Amino acid sequence: MLRLPPFAYVAPSSVEEVVEALHTHGPDAMIVAGGTDLYPNMKRRQFEPKVLVGLANVPELRAIRGTPEAGLTVGAGATLREVSAHPVIQEHYYAVAKAAGLVSTTPLRNMGTIGGNLCVDPRCNYYDMPFPWRKAVGFCMKKDGDICLVAPGSPRCWALSSSDIAPVSLALEAKLRLIGPQGTRALEANDFYRDDGIEYLTKERDEILTEIQLPPAKGLRTTYWKLRRRGSFDFPILGVAAALTMDDGTVTRARLALGAVASRPEEVVEAREFLEGKEPTEADVHAVAEAAFELAKPLDNADGHFYWRKRMVRPYVQGALKELLRMGPPESWPREYN
Amino acid sequence: MTDFSVIGKPRGRVDGPAKVTGQAQFADDLHLPGMLFAKLLRSPVPHGRIKALDTSRAEALSGVVAVLTGKDLPEKYGILPVSQDEEALCTEKVRYVGDPIAAVAAVDEDTAERATELIALELEELPSYMTIEEALEKEGEPIETLRFGPNVHKAVSLEFGDVESAFAKADHTREDLFFYEGSTHLPMEQHAAVARWEPEGKVTLWSSTQTPHYVHRALAKVLGLPMNRIRVIATPVGGGFGGKSDPFNHEIVVAKLAIVTGKPVKLTLTREEVFYAHRGRHPTLMWVKTGVRKDGAITAMHFRSFLDGGAYGSYGVVSTYYTGALQTTTYKIPAYKFEGTRVYTNKPPCGPKRGHGTPQPRFAIEVHFEHLARELGMDPIDFRLKNLVEPFTYTANWLRITSCGLRECVEKVLEASGFRDKRGKLPEGRGVGFGLSAYMSGASLPVYWNDMPHSEVQLKVDRSGTVALFSGAIDIGQGSDQVLAATTAEVLGLEPEDIHLITADTDLTPIDLGSYSSRVTFMAGNAAIQAAERLRDQIAEAMAAKLDVPTDRVAFRNGRVMDAQRPEGGVSWEEACAVAEAAQGNLMSRGAYKPPELSGPYKGSGVGPSPAYSYSACVAEVTADPESGVVEVDKVWIAHDVGRSLNPTLVHGQVEGSVYMGLGEVLLEEQVFRHGLHKIPSMLEYKSPTTKDMPPIETILVETVDPEGPFGAKECGQGPLLPVIPAVANAVEDAIGARFHEIPITPEKVLSAMDKAARGEEPLIGPTSLPDYHLGEVLRVDPPDGKKVELFPMHEET
Ligand SMILES: Cc1cc2nc3c(=O)[nH]c(=O)nc-3n(C[C@H](O)[C@H](O)[C@H](O)COP(=O)(O)OP(=O)(O)OC[C@H]3O[C@@H](n4cnc5c(N)ncnc54)[C@H](O)[C@@H]3O)c2cc1C
Ligand code: SF4
Repeated sequence: MLRLPPFAYVAPSSVEEVVEALHTHGPDAMIVAGGTDLYPNMKRRQFEPKVLVGLANVPELRAIRGTPEAGLTVGAGATLREVSAHPVIQEHYYAVAKAAGLVSTTPLRNMGTIGGNLCVDPRCNYYDMPFPWRKAVGFCMKKDGDICLVAPGSPRCWALSSSDIAPVSLALEAKLRLIGPQGTRALEANDFYRDDGIEYLTKERDEILTEIQLPPAKGLRTTYWKLRRRGSFDFPILGVAAALTMDDGTVTRARLALGAVASRPEEVVEAREFLEGKEPTEADVHAVAEAAFELAKPLDNADGHFYWRKRMVRPYVQGALKELLRMGPPESWPREYN
Repeated sequence: MTDFSVIGKPRGRVDGPAKVTGQAQFADDLHLPGMLFAKLLRSPVPHGRIKALDTSRAEALSGVVAVLTGKDLPEKYGILPVSQDEEALCTEKVRYVGDPIAAVAAVDEDTAERATELIALELEELPSYMTIEEALEKEGEPIETLRFGPNVHKAVSLEFGDVESAFAKADHTREDLFFYEGSTHLPMEQHAAVARWEPEGKVTLWSSTQTPHYVHRALAKVLGLPMNRIRVIATPVGGGFGGKSDPFNHEIVVAKLAIVTGKPVKLTLTREEVFYAHRGRHPTLMWVKTGVRKDGAITAMHFRSFLDGGAYGSYGVVSTYYTGALQTTTYKIPAYKFEGTRVYTNKPPCGPKRGHGTPQPRFAIEVHFEHLARELGMDPIDFRLKNLVEPFTYTANWLRITSCGLRECVEKVLEASGFRDKRGKLPEGRGVGFGLSAYMSGASLPVYWNDMPHSEVQLKVDRSGTVALFSGAIDIGQGSDQVLAATTAEVLGLEPEDIHLITADTDLTPIDLGSYSSRVTFMAGNAAIQAAERLRDQIAEAMAAKLDVPTDRVAFRNGRVMDAQRPEGGVSWEEACAVAEAAQGNLMSRGAYKPPELSGPYKGSGVGPSPAYSYSACVAEVTADPESGVVEVDKVWIAHDVGRSLNPTLVHGQVEGSVYMGLGEVLLEEQVFRHGLHKIPSMLEYKSPTTKDMPPIETILVETVDPEGPFGAKECGQGPLLPVIPAVANAVEDAIGARFHEIPITPEKVLSAMDKAARGEEPLIGPTSLPDYHLGEVLRVDPPDGKKVELFPMHEET
């Protein structure tokens, strides 16, 4: 059996105590929420924290508050199951409910949290392997080594942002609340991520993500399309999150983001230009899809041939946008495979 | 005897409650007082020479009790007597990433693992051979050189009839190349073994194994102990599929560590290590040429296979023959030539996986025949129907065919699926495909030569009337416990739950060769029926005296024993047992099964013969999206000739499980290597289908009541996998015109086929050449023309 390395576990009961514990234990400490990402990673010795600061005893982190009119605030500790089954989220923030509901399997969604999901460690199939395997293939710079095995000449790590909810948070322009020793700050989801497979968050080590604020839902239409080869278990190998604010048939605001094409979720900014201020046509949708296709640079480090993953960007973007624009009957849209 | 009370009825399993409530004790559940935990240090390189190995730092670590290296276990072993090429721990060379080099036993798993990291290992890397072509063509120090040349493990060349002149009689011939990537079993339960040194000077091994008897023999050989000082107990197996049929290094290591330390020792493989234990499907490169007359009759076939065997022999000699032997059990092939070559490569060893050696040729031939029939201007189904084997005949390679419901399977599956109305007529992007197959109900020879029975069963009755059944058979999830209980109960007029099973314990139970080759229902089932009939006859004799009726009027029904002509009278089973015990002493009986002598008059004829063959035919309907390249299976219809369905619930389960596995192989699972390592040794990344990926399956059971099978039954656990793969490949062609001569059919391959079509090329994906290797000698054999089929039924009733 793969064994967890030994560690101490502290279970504070308030956010302040979490921050304090992180501060006290310094770089040896890590936050654990549901543990569905971190524990497997620890078994593979990708992380070797001496102290884990558990969030399970901090009830305030679990709350889902607010209204669709004013905007909804989702506690970082809400489980994926709670998020996906929440009636307001289902009705007004469909993409969030759908993305949360498509993460892995039922048991994982019962344990895993939305906060943990936004912080999920970028993935790479040279890296997400047990220690002896990594040793045999040769360690890489993300852990224990100094080169990249996917792009050997590269000075950086290209591990893949593999969170389902991260691109959705960009498309919705969600705001994230972080609390650290320096106090509280709010951040656009887009500013939470960095384009690096190792240092993938702008969050400080001793900061905790406490909540995700969703915007007012008036006129908002959202969706998320996930690509994976099986109907369960699998991480996304492409995620397309789209959010349009509509005024009658006119798009007043358009945001499109891709997951699992880079080390961070990437916004396709051209979507704003091609879709906003008009009733988009099929040609506009194709233009956005083309821009997304150009942006996506999948590498050979996840399931599915990278050529295929790139080819799927076009139909997925078209499908997601056609769904939101109600462009033609659903049978005429490209297929979603999840 | 057709009014059965247990046989043929859908019902649950006697081992079911323990498994669903978590009470079944799998090997990893065993916790013995004072138990130590073992870990293996494995090779980080695919091919290398051990230059230095220093275990002193590991030995010095607190909590470490013993460290073993190859020197402690120098005796080689292997499942087949002809391939004794494995070492429990490598002595000089390592042959794949994962090959074990040293073992540590410590007070806990963490300490054992840390200790393996303290072992100083110096390796000289050797050139590695990762493909069939590299094994045959690349320069450098070979993995092994046997009499067939560097890196060639086995080569065989057999010709039945005069193939050249039979081809000359053909009006048309066609050749095709195919590649089958190979796959692994992925059982839910990781292999685990626990050993204990017994105070009386014996070692006991509990292991998750399909073949306790063969493990027993290998342990005796490597440990240098007589077999009577070793006891092997197979624990319930959480899925085997062929992956737990070899004696394994971890089993030998824990036994040795128990002897050395005097303490119980456990070793459970990690999921990654299960990928290294492997013994799965051989990647196979194939070439087939078939000659046909204008009317569609096959005149000759020439089939060549190259198997990528991985690092060791395992069952490979048998696997090689299997890629050639069963072509003739589905179609009449009057003249047949087969050349098979198995090479060593630096990858985990391949061996038997569900369908052992036959899914590869089945895929090739069923796709090849589609093309061939169409070239001939014939409907591919009519072409097949024209050439189907007939029941009670001999094949060109001397295989005896008895009951055969193949034609009925084909007709029923076509009808249920509406195939003829769909083929070529569904909208673009949707299609149907067809395939058929045959499989063995147990090999007629054991893996080592002996002329004793293959399965034996003992029954014993105690004063409560409980029937204890002793059998060496191990339930690996396929339902052998239920089959043993049900067949016995049927004969004795009891319920399966009345039978208490003691299985797979070499100290307590008589032989069963193991749960492989689809042999247990047929062989252990026959032995159980014989034992039950003998017990019944003893009781009948005593009861006849008591009831004052002739023995043959004593009937056994519903837990009672009575005069058949006065069914309302009689006594309870317990009372009848008491009467019999008073009259005769201990109530016990025995039964045994040994297959008839079926091998043909040539060397190599031992692989292929079986007392009976099962038959399957399959239709798959798919949606293939030329834009995304994704192929989805909408529905599978499968008809299977199971002889007699002893328990439809179990048979349906086996058929559906086979379909599941076939779909994984044809569409999803990638057994690929990168930098000398298995690329994705994890359950997350090795994409086996989940329940959500399964289409609806319509299973049609065809019953031919085999004259030698237990109540007429034949196998159902492997055969139904075989036709699924070509059926899907053929359906993809029907849907989008892309021809797959290679599996798995992944989206990017579909896209590249579509790209080819767009460029005006043939949208064919598959291999383009064969290595230049031929075995010089060809063994020529005359087919058994006109030989009469002889039958050896075991029980009058069936
Ligand atoms: C088999 C398998 C399949 C999976 N499939 C998917 C999938 O399809 N899609 C997907 O998106 N994910 C998937 N995951 C990853 C993971 O399960 C989910 O992303 C889950 O939501 C993570 O949440 P968690 O609470 O368990 O995080 P944890 O494992 O507890 O934490 C993950 C990371 O986030 C940090 N963290 C957690 N909470 C906070 C916080 N409040 N503030 C600051 N840092 C925090 C932790 O320190 C850690 O670095 C899968 C995992 C497995 C094992
Ligand atoms: S992208 Fe390169 S550096 Fe990053 S995890 Fe993969 S191999 Fe390692």
